[in-house]
Amino acid sequence: MKSLEELAAIRDKMKNIVNTREADEGNIRVVVGMATCGIAAGARPVLNAFTEEVARRELGNVTVTQTGCIGICQYEPVVEVYQPGKEKVTYVKMTAEKVARVVGEHLVGGKPVDEYTIGAFQK
Amino acid sequence: MYRSHVMVCGGTGCTSSGSTKIMEAFEHEIAAEGLENEVKVIHTGCFGLCALGPIVVVYPEGSFYSRVNVEDVGEIVREHLLKGRPVTRLLYDETVKEGGEIRSLSETQFYKKQHRIALRNCGVINPENIDEYIAFDGYRALGKALTEMTPDEVIQTMLDSGLRGRGGAGFPTGLKWKFASGNRGNVQKYVCCNADEGDPGAFMDRSVLEGDPHVVLEAMAIAAYAIGATQGYIYVRAEYPIAVKRLKVAIGQAREYGLLGNNIFGTDFCFDVDLKLGAGAFVCGEETALMTSIEGKRGEPRPRPPFPAVKGLFASPTILNNVETYANVPRIILNGAEWFASMGTEKSKGTKVFALGGKIHNTGLVEVPMGTTLREIVEEIGGGIPNGKKFKAAQTGGPSGGCIPAELIDTPIDYDNLLAIGTMMGSGGLIVMDEDTCMVDIAKFFLEFTVDESCGKCTPCRVGTKRLLELLEKITDGRGEMEDLDRIEELAQFIKANSLCGLGQTAPNPVLATIRYFRDEYIAHIVDKKCPAGVCKSLLQYTIDPVKCRGCTLCARVCPAGAITGTVKNPHVIDQSKCIKCGACMEKCKFGAISKG
Repeated sequence: MKSLEELAAIRDKMKNIVNTREADEGNIRVVVGMATCGIAAGARPVLNAFTEEVARRELGNVTVTQTGCIGICQYEPVVEVYQPGKEKVTYVKMTAEKVARVVGEHLVGGKPVDEYTIGAFQK
Repeated sequence: MYRSHVMVCGGTGCTSSGSTKIMEAFEHEIAAEGLENEVKVIHTGCFGLCALGPIVVVYPEGSFYSRVNVEDVGEIVREHLLKGRPVTRLLYDETVKEGGEIRSLSETQFYKKQHRIALRNCGVINPENIDEYIAFDGYRALGKALTEMTPDEVIQTMLDSGLRGRGGAGFPTGLKWKFASGNRGNVQKYVCCNADEGDPGAFMDRSVLEGDPHVVLEAMAIAAYAIGATQGYIYVRAEYPIAVKRLKVAIGQAREYGLLGNNIFGTDFCFDVDLKLGAGAFVCGEETALMTSIEGKRGEPRPRPPFPAVKGLFASPTILNNVETYANVPRIILNGAEWFASMGTEKSKGTKVFALGGKIHNTGLVEVPMGTTLREIVEEIGGGIPNGKKFKAAQTGGPSGGCIPAELIDTPIDYDNLLAIGTMMGSGGLIVMDEDTCMVDIAKFFLEFTVDESCGKCTPCRVGTKRLLELLEKITDGRGEMEDLDRIEELAQFIKANSLCGLGQTAPNPVLATIRYFRDEYIAHIVDKKCPAGVCKSLLQYTIDPVKCRGCTLCARVCPAGAITGTVKNPHVIDQSKCIKCGACMEKCKFGAISKG
């Protein structure tokens, strides 16, 4: 180890990986429905796409996690985004391709992608 | 990129209850479900709640699974990791609210009042991965010290923080470093770590070494920079195989990264660390004996002065700190002395780790700010005493300490308060005793330990502790006289005043403390020839109540000594001369006719 910069580089690279263990209350939570219905509809690639996109953008304040059946099986894969102090946003019929836009516009930009939400689908 | 981390406790407690097999089962089941690229299994250090081991924590949810069996692993993988439904029946019950909602770990009784500094990485990182240590600010304190602070500034920070030695005596750490700091660069100096944890019931140092070995290496390097040393030694018990293994791995990784070795962080500072394994002699936890042992000689203490700071290992200036002391150092450098000094009491700063054991629900490791009361530790964090029994006393400081009786349970625990009530902080073993514990027997237990472990070099300790033990045995055998109490106290003071090292100087403490607070129990043994707690066998008598006895003959059949006689449907009698006081008859009697007293 020849410099503090070298140490900081390892730290930053690893921070991303160990972030999973530090989820605190103030984090944005991305919850993917992973019951039988969700998995059958393709929730696994969605979950993995979120994990990777969040890691790639080094979003330390986002926790990606999973849950069971939300009860709207016809709309699976369902993803819910919880942000402290804001109303829950429910995305339906998610695909891995849609994930990048949700991360970029919603998790980073703060503006939900309306056309993917349950509200848009039910119209 | 892994979406989920499964942390399996790899401390000694959980390892002995099978956590290695559990880890293998996780890897197997995760692969079977095709999740191996999504879920990572990590061996980590102690979570502290050893009574509920083996412990597995799943992130990002932070689900805390307790008493996990190999058979449960498949269910956790398929339900939780695959479908996102935590297996409620296996969760630590304190984390499950009524209605099934999950409460975070920091809200449970056990963790709520804890404040983890020394144990901060235990259960959080993989101790065999230096990168994970670095991710949690590891080696940043060393970098800061080497590039931004002078050695004197490091020492001043330690002085200002108020950190005191966690190994027993509570000597100010900064002062110790200051004494050894003169003449930097011109003389060979050494930095040692005392990891020869030997008190019965204390295991916090082991847990730090097992769960966070790099913190000790980093702190030793900081200490070496402060005093101008180039070589360090960790003296660790050979009976701690997991700790030894992880230290070896850690030293190898630190050397590979150039965090040990020459020109660390591109500065002139060079430092390396070697391990020395102790063969298990308790006296080698005493600093002069420890250094003699590192030198390759028989581990015996020598008189002080000269103190190690002046003339220590290989006759060079040496500082020696305990594992837990070191575990606080990097945080103090990073967060500043004021941060550390803001915790604790006036003269005892920061936190202390206690190894909670004995008659208590939550056996394990707890780290609390100094000044926390014994009541908070026992009743709230420890979950109280099992089977509805009453708290009688707590032993602190192991064989060098004394007991805290029930009437002093509200004492805020710090170095000075404990000394004032006749015990000591010691390394932090805290053994809880209930009404079924005989205090004379406890004193005898600790004295047997010191008699065994006395190195024999000085007479007061070698002969004195033996004679003291004989006086106690006389009392528990029912041959005691009131004058023996005076003899014990006189001999105890003599041993304390004249022994060569800390072992002998503190060996009589458990006896003196129990006489001080439980004199009536000693008198009951001596005058009434009774053991009120029903522990001392020679003073016990099992008797059969002829009114309650139905003459079922069961007791006569289970008695291994053939001491019970009687005919069917007639009251039985115990022949006291044959009775070996095993209690088998009382245990078996269906009519409650047999009592002891």
